[in-house]
Amino acid sequence: MTILSSNTIQEINNIKSRYPEGREKSALIPALHLAQAEQGWLPVQAMNEVAELLKIQPIEVYEVATFYTMFHIKKVGKYVIEVCRTGPCCNVGAEELIQYMEEKLKIKVGETTEDGLITLKTVECLAACGTGPVLQIGPDYIYQEQITKEKFDQLVEDLKIKGR
Amino acid sequence: MSKKILLQHINVPGINTLETYVSHGGYQSLKKAFSMTPDEVTEEVKKSGLRGRGGAGFPTGMKWSFLDKKTDKPRYLVCNADESEPGTFKDRYLMQNIPHALIEGMIVSSYALGAKTSYIYVRGEMMHVIRILEAAIKDAYRAGYLGNNILGSNYSLDLFVHPGGGAYICGEETALLESLEGNRGNPRNKPPFPAVWGLYGCPTVVNNVETISDVPWIINNGGDAYASIGIGKSTGTKLISACGNINRPGVYEIELGLSVEEFIYSDQYCGGIPNGKKLKAVVAGGSSVPILPADLILKTANGDPRLMSYESLSDGGFVSGTMLGSGGFIVYDEDQCIVRNLWNFSRFYHHESCGQCSPCREGTGWMEKVLHRIENGHGKMSDIDLLVDVAKKIEGKTICPLGEAAAWPVASAIRHFRAEFEEHIKNPDSCCKKHLHSEHALIH
Ligand SMILES: Cc1cc2nc3c(=O)[nH]c(=O)nc-3n(C[C@H](O)[C@H](O)[C@H](O)COP(=O)(O)O)c2cc1C
Ligand code: SF4
Ligand code: FES
Repeated sequence: MTILSSNTIQEINNIKSRYPEGREKSALIPALHLAQAEQGWLPVQAMNEVAELLKIQPIEVYEVATFYTMFHIKKVGKYVIEVCRTGPCCNVGAEELIQYMEEKLKIKVGETTEDGLITLKTVECLAACGTGPVLQIGPDYIYQEQITKEKFDQLVEDLKIKGR
Repeated sequence: MSKKILLQHINVPGINTLETYVSHGGYQSLKKAFSMTPDEVTEEVKKSGLRGRGGAGFPTGMKWSFLDKKTDKPRYLVCNADESEPGTFKDRYLMQNIPHALIEGMIVSSYALGAKTSYIYVRGEMMHVIRILEAAIKDAYRAGYLGNNILGSNYSLDLFVHPGGGAYICGEETALLESLEGNRGNPRNKPPFPAVWGLYGCPTVVNNVETISDVPWIINNGGDAYASIGIGKSTGTKLISACGNINRPGVYEIELGLSVEEFIYSDQYCGGIPNGKKLKAVVAGGSSVPILPADLILKTANGDPRLMSYESLSDGGFVSGTMLGSGGFIVYDEDQCIVRNLWNFSRFYHHESCGQCSPCREGTGWMEKVLHRIENGHGKMSDIDLLVDVAKKIEGKTICPLGEAAAWPVASAIRHFRAEFEEHIKNPDSCCKKHLHSEHALIH
């Protein structure tokens, strides 16, 4: 039994055709995104299954999954809030907001709320510096821009309802 | 007023759709290009004087002509849509609002280079942009602009979007190619350059989103027409993403040669500094370029007005100039702390260093650490020269330019704002105190 659904396996196989023969490894990052979208994170077994689909060694998958910041190799909450912490966003108040988020969610950056709903992370510049402070919410990677405390409160409420 | 090439139709409702894009002249350059030989297309781009919009400003036509056409290996065009340089958000804006501009550019450019398969490498965080591009590509296939025998030209092209996984370094072109091959984003040693040994060891051109999107206009109107816009060797227009302490942050298309003063203060662009504050400094081309204090960004050391062009912004070298870079224009008002901002940027480069070269891996870590201690009131006077020394020891000693990108902001901030560093060290309470409360939130 695979833990990846047949749907995801099918999609990964489709993506392989974008690259020349013998270069299926190119599909690795897109495949990891698909696996993570389905699983919520990347358990070792999911990475091993991706390796098998792309006919590469599991270590080649781990190597890549640990290099890129978007991949969660530890379990995360149902939603991952990633706030930009880079200069331009800090010019418009990101630092204070991050502190507020920690207080509001009663966790520190890097942690997950007790109910497993939200993981809070910081990230580097998201290419939305003109509309900062900005954050993105995984697993769908929706950007939310010009964040205020009030907007953040509302966002958390929405996730609570959506995540039920 | 100012000439518009990329954003001419930005306010047309539905310009993101193929139908509306075509009804405003979209995809016309295909027919024109197919009536020319690929080398003639390259020649037009050469004539235009177009320079790479990703940051380095290398002449695009020349880059194309370096492509090794003697081998019988396939050739590739890869679009760099990794856009991660702090302060830069123009490519995202363009792809999100006018996705077909890039697709049309990819088709014409791929034809010039003889590529049969091309990729757009988009940073993974921009899933929303990826979805938009994929839908637009589907429409382009349906309309016969992509796929087999495009518009009866005998030329065929497949175009794919490839997501990244979150890593600034993948904007460096050889790291990007590694990433596209399914590897960690470790930059390659050069030479060989991608023009000879690129994707899968085949001849490859990597170009920025904006660069490629400029090509259709050049083919439609001719290289000479493009070269007549702008100033000197800074031909054409440039997208500038403006942010920080300004009244009107956003993406502006400017004709190169506009004065910096007009760009900052005119209501057509940044609209000045909010709340009547004074301008303190500008980082003009993304976080990697040297920071300049207000007087030097508005006027060169010779007292000439500073212009938004490759040459004018770099006038004076690194002593009194900076670079146009990616066009990420970050404005600081008098309340902003140069030391804190520099510490923030140093943390960024440390975080994003791929770790292959010791000067970059260790040096960025040192700079972050030393800046952190200055910012938090534990600095020593000798730290300032220590920073300068570390920056010097990174520059020119690494596989890729991320080393320089990390060193230049440090060297320039100290060059122009040394007194502010000294003040932090002598008198930590006066400046750092207001930041100290949020220290814990930012250590991670
Ligand atoms: C650390 C680093 C990050 C870079 N990031 C980008 C980027 O996000 N987008 C981009 O187009 N070029 C980026 N570049 C420049 C590319 O290496 C390359 O020069 C560019 O894509 C070439 O395209 P152009 O000639 O059209 O500008 C980066 C370079 C370095 C060293
Ligand atoms: S300079 Fe830095 S980012 Fe570039 S290859 Fe070396 S360690 Fe990696
Ligand atoms: S600095 Fe936050 S999006 Fe660029």
